[in-house]
Amino acid sequence: MSERPDFSAVPDQGGHFGPYGGRFVSETLMAALEELEAIYAQLKDDPKFQADFDYDMAHYVGRPSPLYFAERWTKKVGGAQIWLKREDLNHTGAHKVNNTIGQALLAKHTGKTRVIAETGAGQHGVATATVAARLGLKCVVYMGADDVQRQKLNVYRMKLLGAEVVPVTSGSRTLKDAMNEAMRDWVTNVDDTFYIIGTVAGPHPYPMLVRDFQCIIGREAREQSLKQANKLPDALVACVGGGSNAIGLFHPFLEDESVSMYGVEAGGDGVETGRHAAPLAVGRPGVLHGNRTYLMESDDGQIIETHSVSAGLDYPGVGPEHAWLKDIGRVNYVSVTDDEALKAFRELTLVEGIMPALESSHALAYAEKLAKKMSSDKMIVINLSGRGDKDIHTVAALDNIQI
Amino acid sequence: MSRIAVRFQQLASAGRKALIPFITAGDPAPEHTVGYMHALVEAGADIIELGVPFSDPMADGPVIQLACERSLAAGTSLNKVLAMVAEFRQQNNDTPVVLMGYLNPVEAMGYEVFADRCVEVGVDGVLLVDLPPEESQLVAPLFRERSLDLVFLIAPTTTEARIAKIAAAGSGYLYYVSLKGVTGAATLDAASVAAKLDTIRKHTQLPIGVGFGIKDADSARSVSAIADGVVVGSALVQRIADNADAPEKVAEQLKAVLSAMRNAMDGVQ
Repeated sequence: MSERPDFSAVPDQGGHFGPYGGRFVSETLMAALEELEAIYAQLKDDPKFQADFDYDMAHYVGRPSPLYFAERWTKKVGGAQIWLKREDLNHTGAHKVNNTIGQALLAKHTGKTRVIAETGAGQHGVATATVAARLGLKCVVYMGADDVQRQKLNVYRMKLLGAEVVPVTSGSRTLKDAMNEAMRDWVTNVDDTFYIIGTVAGPHPYPMLVRDFQCIIGREAREQSLKQANKLPDALVACVGGGSNAIGLFHPFLEDESVSMYGVEAGGDGVETGRHAAPLAVGRPGVLHGNRTYLMESDDGQIIETHSVSAGLDYPGVGPEHAWLKDIGRVNYVSVTDDEALKAFRELTLVEGIMPALESSHALAYAEKLAKKMSSDKMIVINLSGRGDKDIHTVAALDNIQI
Repeated sequence: MSRIAVRFQQLASAGRKALIPFITAGDPAPEHTVGYMHALVEAGADIIELGVPFSDPMADGPVIQLACERSLAAGTSLNKVLAMVAEFRQQNNDTPVVLMGYLNPVEAMGYEVFADRCVEVGVDGVLLVDLPPEESQLVAPLFRERSLDLVFLIAPTTTEARIAKIAAAGSGYLYYVSLKGVTGAATLDAASVAAKLDTIRKHTQLPIGVGFGIKDADSARSVSAIADGVVVGSALVQRIADNADAPEKVAEQLKAVLSAMRNAMDGVQ
């Protein structure tokens, strides 16, 4: 980087991160997005709103989440010290709830009585159903039909929480199609419905406000590092599907030039096979789901099907701020394969007694490679974005075990 | 003057309203589309909206979603859609053709290449569903230089301030989406549409087409009483779906649906 960019200046007023982001939706939704933008602008610096958010984070979610030194795994890997930011210990089992609490508070201010969400692995769906139950809001969650199959546990959790789960059978039957269907619902029911988007993608102001709510991860991790290790980490590692847990960890460190950052995409069967979900690695800029970003697309601009063992990373796009951070070179984007992620899933479970989500296992697998190249006085913080209970069926099936 | 402006002028002096059918290009396969376009003109189409298929048609209901899937499965691409317009122009030089679709295939081709190709093959206007005026600064000048019309949507939720902005940015005609929802959803309410059109007309001289929720001759007639143009899509595309195994039968069915609307709009008993 020749000139240091101003990280606080993005997005601009139109929601742009450099050439990325923006607001590419059909006209019917523009008024609702303008309303959301105005409400957020008004509330974001409102002490009462912040106090409500902080209260829920502490007493409902259970924050701050610990920063845990994985001593035994560190020894086994050999190299840098590996620390885990334990978002898996949050209420509902993942970082997603940080954002759904924030958006639910916004929804309350709009007076809308119904919330909708898209979900891949089901973590965002569960987190949305949870806040809807708590606030007495009607909740509909759209989920790709294939994901409904591979994430049965979360589907049932959402139903117990009173949400309606709608399997989406169009297109590739995964997260992107769930998002299409949620957009269609929103355009139809825009008067009474608040769309709780689960990641840092979608039309402005979503990438900004989801980032802001998730930044609690990085703010805590920064403070905890200074307190527990007496220094800032040398490297941060997080998995990237849409990229909300990664931006949440990275963003509060962007000005810290000594901290290098690695966003880990889903390499599926291997990026060279074409069966993966790594748009930052091999995609190109285009427009989908309301924002311009890197996409996996054909030469003709059609979105192509993705593949990952992890439903939460199985998405052909990525948040626009990540696209920008890639272009300016502040964050390194890399990928690991399904097999590497599964190996890390097993290893952390056996060595540390912590069962990570398959999404987070991608970050673990890359951090292992990275740690080996670093000396033992260096420190890596991994965002352990979710717990792995939801993935037991997937892992068992690979072991040919019926549960 | 563009073909679109000429067409609306002719209609106005004849005291008639524009009938604007929409079909998805390449549905059920690319070789059928030009024939269907000619059939639509024979049945009374004044302007043709030709859908460019996209893998993720977020603003469309199931009927047009499936049309996109059939079309893409049959190998349709934006390049092929442009070639269809070129072929249509070999026999028809005065019916305006408006491409309607999503931004990404256009981005993938490149705005300038796309604009040049549109002029070359005889496209008159472009409506990109997910491109509001705020994001059109890159595209709009390229289109303006080439006298290509950029058609924008106005929705029931659009505020008057936005109507003014959209009216200033749009050309050719404005497309009023008659209801909150996806294409092919409920039937529209003519009274609330009329009220909104009054507001829009305070801000523009452009003709206003109304679409979404026009299913039959009756709804076409009631809309033509208040709008300058009537857009019909899903009702036609459903006929293509019903005959996907016998695409040669489709042209006659499209003509039957559209003629009934034409007659209803023109007051023919």
